[in-house]
Formats: sequence, C-alpha cells, structure tokens
Amino acid sequence: MAGDHDTAAATLVSHDPVLADFAAEVGSDGPVGIEGGRTRWLEGGVLDPDARLVRAPVGIVDYVPEEMIVTVRAGTPVADVHAALAERGQRSALPERGGTVGGAVAVGQNDVSVLGRGTVRSAVLQVRYVSAEGRVVNGGGPTVKNVTGFDLPRLMVGSLGTLGFLAEVILRTNPMPAVSTWYRADDVDPFAAHRQVLAPSAVLYDGTTTSILLEGHGVDVDHQAAALQQVGAFVQCDQPVVPEGHRWSLAPAELARLDRHETSDFVALIGVGTVFADKPQPSRSLSAGVQIIHDRMKSNFDPTGRLNPGRNPGAPR
Amino acid sequence: MVGSLQRLRSHLPGSLAGTSQLRDVHPITVELRAALSEDRVRDDGAHRSLMSHDASVFDGGNSGPVCYPVSADEVAAIMKIAERHRRAVVPRGAGTGLAGGAIPLGAEPIVVAVTKMNRVLDIDEGNEIAWVEPGVINLDLTNHLKPMGFHFAPDPSSQQVCTIGGNVANNSGGPHCLAYGVTNAHIVALEVVTPSGEILELGGLDAEPLGLDLRGVFVGSEGTLGITTKVAVKLTRNRPAVRTLLLSFSSVRDAANTVSGVIAAGVVPAAMEVMDQPITVAVENYVHAGYPTDAAAVLLAEVDGLDDGVDIDAERIRSIGLENHATDVRLAADDSERALLWKGRKTAFGAIAQIAPDYYLHDTVVPRSALADVLEEIYAIADRNDVLIMNVFHAGDGNLHPLIIFDGRQPGVLDRVHQAGAEIITASLDAGGVLSGEHGIGVEKQKFMERMFTADDLDHQNRVRQSFDPGCRSNPGKVMPMGHSCADIQALRAVPRDVWG
Ligand SMILES: Cc1cc2nc3c(=O)[nH]c(=O)nc-3n(C[C@H](O)[C@H](O)[C@H](O)COP(=O)(O)OP(=O)(O)OC[C@H]3O[C@@H](n4cnc5c(N)ncnc54)[C@H](O)[C@@H]3O)c2cc1C
Repeated sequence: MAGDHDTAAATLVSHDPVLADFAAEVGSDGPVGIEGGRTRWLEGGVLDPDARLVRAPVGIVDYVPEEMIVTVRAGTPVADVHAALAERGQRSALPERGGTVGGAVAVGQNDVSVLGRGTVRSAVLQVRYVSAEGRVVNGGGPTVKNVTGFDLPRLMVGSLGTLGFLAEVILRTNPMPAVSTWYRADDVDPFAAHRQVLAPSAVLYDGTTTSILLEGHGVDVDHQAAALQQVGAFVQCDQPVVPEGHRWSLAPAELARLDRHETSDFVALIGVGTVFADKPQPSRSLSAGVQIIHDRMKSNFDPTGRLNPGRNPGAPR
Repeated sequence: MVGSLQRLRSHLPGSLAGTSQLRDVHPITVELRAALSEDRVRDDGAHRSLMSHDASVFDGGNSGPVCYPVSADEVAAIMKIAERHRRAVVPRGAGTGLAGGAIPLGAEPIVVAVTKMNRVLDIDEGNEIAWVEPGVINLDLTNHLKPMGFHFAPDPSSQQVCTIGGNVANNSGGPHCLAYGVTNAHIVALEVVTPSGEILELGGLDAEPLGLDLRGVFVGSEGTLGITTKVAVKLTRNRPAVRTLLLSFSSVRDAANTVSGVIAAGVVPAAMEVMDQPITVAVENYVHAGYPTDAAAVLLAEVDGLDDGVDIDAERIRSIGLENHATDVRLAADDSERALLWKGRKTAFGAIAQIAPDYYLHDTVVPRSALADVLEEIYAIADRNDVLIMNVFHAGDGNLHPLIIFDGRQPGVLDRVHQAGAEIITASLDAGGVLSGEHGIGVEKQKFMERMFTADDLDHQNRVRQSFDPGCRSNPGKVMPMGHSCADIQALRAVPRDVWG
C-alpha cells in the first residue's frame, strides 16, 4: 500500500505547468527581483538595479468556502481575491491596498482591522515558492490545522522575497460578519473605550478622535455601541481614512506614551501597537544574536544572494 | 494520567537503544553539577530510565544526565558544556508528548527538564500578555489568569499536566482552538537558548517585529532549534456568554455532516468535538455526565461571545443538526452541566485507560468535508486489521484522533496496530489531509514525511533547522526523516556507545 504514495507529493508540484514555467523564469543564477503591485516597493531596501524582474502567476486556483480556504497564485491582486470571497460571504486577513497576494504575504503587514480579521501570519496555511536554485518548494499544508514539520509558511510571511519567490499560497478565509459598523467620538480615553467592548475589530486614535469598528451579529453590535456611551458620545460614522505615512511598530502599552513631537500627526491602532505617523520611527535593529540566525537563514536559502538583492527584512529601520 | 498512557512499547531500531549501568561520575556530570547544583543534575539509573520515555508508545530512549535548570543562564551553561563535549541535548517538559518528541535518542544526550522553571513572571495587562517560564502547567496558567478575566486559549486535553514550553514546542491545540487558533496564534515573544548557548529574544511585544518571523518558526519545532526559557503568551479575555450544546446522532456520518454544515453556514463555534458510540459509552461510565449511550455519535458544540449572538449561533447549530437528522439536541442548562460535559470530553483518554489494556492515539487532519468518508474508512481499517478503533476528535478543524485499542499480550498484535496506523495516515493523506494536527512528528511520523513532502521541500525544512542548529545537537533524530538530515545522524553517532563505561 505504501509504495503507491511515495511519489504523491512530488506529483502535486511538478505537474503544475504554471508553477514549472514560473520556476524556469526565475532560473537558478543571476540576480532576480520580483514585482507585485509595487505598492510597498521600497519596503526593506532598494532593489539592486541589475536584478532581472519577474512576476508571479495570476489567478484563483481553487476556492472552497465550506473549508474556509482559498488557493491563489501569488500574482493575483488582493482585491480580486476579496471580490471572489465576498460573493460567498467571506474575507481574509490580507490588507487590501492595491497590491498582490504575494506582495501582501511577503511584506506581512496586517490590515488596520487586524483585531477582527486576524494576522497575515496566521492566515497563510501553505506556500509554494521558487527557491534560489529555481526549484518549486512546498511548505505547510491545505488544512486549517497542521503541525507537520517546520513552519515554512510563517518564515515566508514578511521575508520580502529574500528566501524564495512566492508562486502560490493557500489562505484561511473567514466568514464576513453580519454587521460591520464604525463609531467615533472626540476627546475620550481610547484605552477605556477599547476595554469597554468585547473584541472590537479596530480601535483607532489620532490624538483627538477615537474610532471603533464593531462587528458581529446586529444585536451584539447594538449592545456594544450602547455600552460605549458610558465612555463617550460615540456616533456612527464612515470608515476613517488612515494616512499611509510611516508605519511604526510599538507595544500596545507604549501607545499611552505617544509623543506628538516624535510622531507629528498620527493614527494609532489601540490594542495592537501599529502607528501611522508623519515622521519615521526612531531606528530599531535586530540584536546581534538574532542577526546571526538571520544571516544563516539567508545564506542557507539563497547562498549566492540572488533573490531580491538589496532587500533585507531585518535591515535597521 | 501520564502513567496510564505509557502502555504500548514498540521498538526503535536496535542500534539506537542503549542500556544504563552503574558507572563512575562522568566528567560531564561533574561540570553540569558545578554549573547548576549537585541535586539538580541527576545521573542515577532510575532517573535516566524514567527520562528515556514519554507518554508516547515509543521505546529506544537512552538518557544521559538529567538537568533541572532554574534560569536561562543555567540552560545556556548546559548548552555550552554539551557543545564542548559534542553531546546532544533534549529539552523536556512534562513528557506528555504523544509523538516521542522528548525521547532522548542516541548516545546518552543530556536531558534538560524545564519543570523547575515554573513561575508566572509578569502579567502585563497593558500589553495583554503574560511572561511565563516554560515549566508552567497549562491549566495553572489559565487558573492564575481567571481572577483577572483572562485565560490562555490553547487547552490540550492534557492541560492539567503539560507545560507551556511543551505547548510551544509542539504548537499544541485543544478543543477551543477552533475559533481561537492553536498555540502559535497566542505566542507573542520567546526567550530561547540556542544550541551554542546564546540567549535570544524572538518576536516581540510590538505590533510587527522587525525581521524574519523566527518566533513563528520556533513554535512547533519540537525542541530541535533550542530550548525555550521564557514565553510571552497572549491573554484572551473571558467571554461573558457561553452556550454548550450536545447533539446526538444515529450515525457518525450525520454528526460529521453537521460539523461541515455549521462551518459552511459561516458559524465558527469556539469548539466542535465529536465522540463515537464506543468512546461515549466509556466516558459515560467513567464520569456520568449524562452522555447518551445509545447514540452512534455525539457532537459537543460550544459558542461564546455576547448574550444575544450566542443564542443566534446556538440556534443555527441546533437547526443544522436537526437538518442532519440529530436525534436529540440538549443545551447545557448552567455552568456546572457545561463543566460536566467538558469533563467527559477531556477525560476520554483516561476513561479508556480504565477499560483497555493498551491503546495508541493517532492524530491526522482531513478537510472537514471528508470527515465522514475518512471515518468510514477508519472503521474498515479496524476490521481489516482486527483491532478496535474508537474516535474522539476535534471535528471543527477536521483533526481526527483515532484511538486503537488492543491487548499487547496478544502475539503479533503490535504489527497489526502499526499497520492500522499506517493505513489511517494513508487514508487521511489521500483525502487531502496532513500528517499531524497537534501531536507533531517526533519519531512517530518521520518516515511518513516523504509522503507529504518532496525531497526539495524537506531540504528546505532542513535549512531552517541548520540555521538555528548547524551541529544538529538539539533533540537530534526528530521530525526530519533520517535521510534528509545527515548532520542528525552524525550527532546521534558522535559519541561512542560505551563512552560512559
Ligand atoms: C492524555 C493526553 C491528551 C493529550 N491531548 C492533547 C491535545 O488535546 N492537544 C494537543 O495538542 N496535544 C495533546 N497531547 C499531547 C501533549 O500533551 C502536548 O503535545 C503537550 O504540549 C506536550 O507538553 P509537555 O510539557 O508534556 O512536553 P514534552 O512531552 O515534555 O515535550 C514535547 C516536545 O517539546 C519539546 N520541549 C519541551 N519543553 C521544551 C522547551 N522548554 N524548549 C524547547 N523544547 C521543548 C520536547 O523536546 C519534545 O519534543 C495529549 C497528551 C496526552 C497524554
């Protein structure tokens, strides 16, 4: 019985001509870069101009709403995936900012409503990527729960295409809540507002206005909105505009000490720690010990440094 | 609990097995005692023999000295001593792992048991995390957090004994991980000691820590990348409203179809657990929770959140159950009835231990929509191999736990048990599933890794391992199939067998 299955995994990958073509295009030598929607093009450094550019394949391969998973080529625009999911009342954790699925996963930044949608790193169940040797590599698996071997999907999230070029991913999807409503109030304690409600999908604070996204069953949202009145005069509003600017990464508790002199104008995600600010975050860098592991990871995955040269997910920012 | 699980003992290749004998105090032990203390480095035969096993069915462990460090500095010192002597190191929590992850393989590796590092260090409500040491027991943490209105979401059935460090290493799950996610979703940062003795912090409390997600890779690495010495776990707020339903069915298929129907309807309950009739009967006789013993299968479903919403969701589950021919739907009237139902589910393995001479608990995942078919195949596998299989599983995420019951004294039974296990794995993979949902690979499923991954895939997993542990000295011989991890083989052979003589 066993013998029949020895080649099952191998067949899965090599028989997909789209992935094979993409692997051939990436090849196995010379500097090469990958472009998605160029919406986060400068993240982690400037691509070496000598790098030949490739694009990942495009298209939704398989969508199984009742399994809450979608298999999608990395070059597919996030908006297209979300449109397909919306038709079946679902969504994903990927931020929708004009880019591609591969770009969103490689950059790894979460959506503004990460508290409701979940993190990108938890949403990627399986990755298929082209290695520096031009081989198609598969990590993770198609089920929502899986602890089979080392977690290559997590490694790929946020790796900026420096360890492999994403060709296809399986994403976890989630049911769209019955109701999604934003509320806002001025001059209230955003931390008190956050504590007042159970599991809000987003709490934004810009120094004056607190905006809260409540999602779920209509009755629950109404009750939570009523409870918010104990903190301030919250009223229903449109989704607030979040300035792109510089993206800071702080611990949630540090938001209480935000100093407008450092940030200039800002919008902070309460309970998360992300801040969108006019000024850049004071520089942060990896510890020496973590840097060593980073360097080994890069040289083990891409010994000649040919993948996305110039980019470095661990570069001081 | 653990003792009752150490039943079936199969054998790893004989070349890895060893014997402990009386001996002089070895220089390594002397050094370890100097770094820790006399009483926290154990080198007696009884102790080594104990540490050569875990709750899995696998034998072949060969423990060297056993260390009980109390700080990361001590763990680092152990790593450095081990490196100097080219000796492997095996991290260990409570030893409840079911895939043999904590079994020390090869030439008497140093076992590092973190059970004395068991303090909750800091509860940081501002950041909604707690810093804990790896030896903290899972349920102790949740009980500790309760008065503050929080809990630690992953709740393995072994939660009364297993450690947070073990949960991190195995990326453990539990009934309530359906809505909340398994351990990896609840770990914000880790302090780890690398095999070369560096103390590192991976991840961070900030929203999007700089660099590669090394924290995410470390979780689930089964002790092969180093030793966790401190963990920042996410605090999950307790939900004000909970509804628990018990649905009875006259076929396992109806129960399985209800589970996929609920998910397809866009309801993600906190938990959905199924038990088939034989195990329900065993559980009912053990805890008297009021489980129906005449049903072919029962589904325990729980929703939590706010009062009105949970009523809506509970009603949806009830009606989907009825559409799938549920013969009875019961809503737990109060917290004590809910607690009793859960006690039944969580002590299912204990109940079996009371009635069966031996058992072997499997763990695979299949797409939810394939649950009914795969279960049918599993019953056929039981018949074919003349073993009894009971099923109690995390149905909501398709995570099967076939429990093979047998009498180890029967000649030839072990072969049939392992054959049935292999067939279960094949059936799960054929249905589009994966090898393990929560127990990990350990030594149990190494040989099946090639069924799910190509040589290139395994080569890349090995590159992760090599990046943390180039000498392959942390828990060698685990996870990766042997042929794909040459350095592991070296580590296992580095010290001659009779070195302690
Ligand atoms: C009755 C029973 C029910 C169970 N139910 C579940 C369940 O519902 N869900 C589930 O997921 N599992 C379950 N398990 C399996 C097991 O309890 C979990 O895998 C648990 O997380 C292991 O924790 P431990 O402390 O016992 O780890 P151990 O068994 O001691 O070790 C497990 C692995 O972790 C490594 N390790 C331990 N501590 C560290 C550390 N500090 N640093 C690095 N590596 C370390 C070890 O080397 C080993 O590879 C069950 C087991 C039993 C016996």
